[in-house]
Amino acid sequence: MRCDEVAELLPGIVDGGEIAERRVQRHVESCLRCQAELVQYRKLLKALHVLRTEVLEPAPGLLTDILAGIEAAGERRAVRSLLNGRNAAYAGGTAAALAAGAVGAILLARSARSRKVALAS
Amino acid sequence: MPTEVAALVTAAKAGDRGAFDELVKATYAETYTLALRLTHDEEDARDVVQEAYLRAYKGLKKFREDAQFTTWLYRITANCAATHLGKGNRHRHEDLEDAADTLFDERPEADPEAQADAGLLRDRLSVALAHLPPRLRSVVVLRDVYDLPHEEIAEELGITEAAAKVRLHRARKQLRERLFPMRGEEEARAV
Repeated sequence: MRCDEVAELLPGIVDGGEIAERRVQRHVESCLRCQAELVQYRKLLKALHVLRTEVLEPAPGLLTDILAGIEAAGERRAVRSLLNGRNAAYAGGTAAALAAGAVGAILLARSARSRKVALAS
Repeated sequence: MPTEVAALVTAAKAGDRGAFDELVKATYAETYTLALRLTHDEEDARDVVQEAYLRAYKGLKKFREDAQFTTWLYRITANCAATHLGKGNRHRHEDLEDAADTLFDERPEADPEAQADAGLLRDRLSVALAHLPPRLRSVVVLRDVYDLPHEEIAEELGITEAAAKVRLHRARKQLRERLFPMRGEEEARAV
């Protein structure tokens, strides 16, 4: 295998993410240049892992801004649920009124029918 | 800390706003760090963090507590950063390159072999990360710094897992070349 072919594979095999074929392993074992490059990739990964432990200082005011954004979202949500509740109440009231109206209409119709029967007899 | 965070998550899911505020206080610096690493722009990072917490607040009920809250938050942050960078509104890669160039120490004694101490390597790595195109930087930061699996990275960035792996290879290669430049690299590879 050529070094340039192996070099393309090193970024994937450095952390065991990809398994190196036997012929790639053999090349690296016998090639100082590719070994050096592999060591550099290992150093790179180590340095990247170390970044995980660092916390960068946020600019002042960020926390306040985040909390204010959540506060506003919370208020919007509360208003929405209140409106939804009112809408539900209106809908319920309307349905009840319609039902009551329908029952009333049926009762009126029945009483008118019974009056007609009484007059006819 | 993790237990404390877990208790806050449970309380926040039950509707305790104060508990969510405490969660923000406990995690916002780390979230900002990730956002800044992804965007390499303080203003963009601020926007991304604020958006991430809003999404977290609205979607907290969907969070399954078998995963870590911070990991879940990192995924949201990655997604927000991808969306933000996708807009390309204020992100100017050329400006970053200019800024990064001024950070390079070009004195003769500043060769990588002579100055291999960890602090310097870290600084040079930050500069090298700033030089990466955002789509490569996102993948390498999420995978090699924050240890997110390829599958989750792909999902949050809206790409395939195969594309995530290709980008990771390219990112690592470019970082290595910038951190450890080898003289006559191309010629020596002819064997």
